Amino acid sequence: MASTAVNRDFLFRRLHTLSGVIPVGLFLIEHLFTNATVTLGPGFYNEAVNTIQHIPFLHVVEFVFIFVPLTYHGVFGLYVAYTAGYNNRQFSWFRNQLFVWQRITGVLTFIFIVYHLWTTRFSGHEPNFAFVHNLVSNNFNFWFLIIGVVAATFHFSNGLWSFMVHWGITVGPRAQRISAIVMLTLFVILAGVGVDSVFTFRDTIV
Amino acid sequence: MAVREQELGTRQRTVRLIVERQEDAQSAVYTEEFEVPWRPGMNVIAALMEIQRNPVNSKGQPVRPVTWEMNCLEEVCGACMMVINGKPRQACSALVDQLTQPIYLKPARTFPVVRDLVVNRTRMFDALKRVKAWVPIDGTYDLGPGPKMAEAERQWAYELSKCFTCGACVEACPNVNEKTSFIGPFAISQARLFNTHPTGAMHKEERFEALLGEGGIHECGNSQNCVQVCPKGIPLTTSIAAMNKDVNRYAFSSWLRS
Repeated sequence: MASTAVNRDFLFRRLHTLSGVIPVGLFLIEHLFTNATVTLGPGFYNEAVNTIQHIPFLHVVEFVFIFVPLTYHGVFGLYVAYTAGYNNRQFSWFRNQLFVWQRITGVLTFIFIVYHLWTTRFSGHEPNFAFVHNLVSNNFNFWFLIIGVVAATFHFSNGLWSFMVHWGITVGPRAQRISAIVMLTLFVILAGVGVDSVFTFRDTIV
Repeated sequence: MAVREQELGTRQRTVRLIVERQEDAQSAVYTEEFEVPWRPGMNVIAALMEIQRNPVNSKGQPVRPVTWEMNCLEEVCGACMMVINGKPRQACSALVDQLTQPIYLKPARTFPVVRDLVVNRTRMFDALKRVKAWVPIDGTYDLGPGPKMAEAERQWAYELSKCFTCGACVEACPNVNEKTSFIGPFAISQARLFNTHPTGAMHKEERFEALLGEGGIHECGNSQNCVQVCPKGIPLTTSIAAMNKDVNRYAFSSWLRS
């Protein structure tokens, strides 16, 4: 059947928008708030990490709910960014600028996450406050984390706006305008939470 | 006296145009500048007609007259769509006095260029055929009157019916390019129009199938340029979001039923 190959495009695109929110977006929020426990004190952070470390079948959960969807969303996202045309110089309207920024922050976040995983999850170190403090004491790591957090939270918030359109939730212009305000507010909050944590990791001396 | 004044005015004022041209589909692209006499209330078409009457460029050299498409001259046919000062729009409703000069005219290059400002919009008509943008009423016997349409629905559906396939939305869409096969915003809106029509709705599954096929609705990236450039103010992004909902539901339920 000719349409099977063709319907695959539709499925891939829809899985891309879905995976960006569930589970990748949800994981991002969880991750940001776990890290934010550091603002209560290094002990709280170590405790939160310890709780996560003791989730049963952690490796399976990690692989199925984070690694697979994140890899899919990232790799397919690179393809989406590659096939898009960029005409924001000719058409400089707000939504078209965000269209471009969504793709820029997507690629940035992808590069950041690869580096982030390499220096944390796959670094062979125990995740705890001392390790992260040591990591962000390096200026490059610190600023790359800041950029990564801002890019990832923008990409998530603006992506959530798009998600609502792709799934026919916000249909009319008014609904989409309100959704844009809500999502940009969400971006500011999430970016604030993330950036605050990174600063706290660096500036807290035990 | 009034005539003399107008004549003086005509002699004093001119309109500068810079046109992106090419002899045919294969030949090299070049730009040419023209200066034509200004007339009150003139549109871009009137300026192009002026060039046709006296095909001499601003250096005074006789040149091949500029070719373009036009038909109704009142923004209902869509034929004279071209890129005017960077934006795709109808040349007939582009009034010279409202444009900054020199006026840059370019063909809508998202389509194959035939000659000068003339483009081939076959892909749009192919897209309309793909989504079956019509109400099928032909049969071997009299099918009788169709079901009635609610007035509240008719009112907004009428807005969608104003689409004249000019291609401005296709030209402005960043996801219509050589790397994708996106059919374009207008086709999605037309599928919605005919899915809303009570008789057209009898074939709505066929339109859903087309929209989740190659180059379908999933290729939209929400840049929303289409709704900005549409000369008829058609709520294209609303149509896309509404069809997203319907197509997703159709795809999911047909998958469960298969």
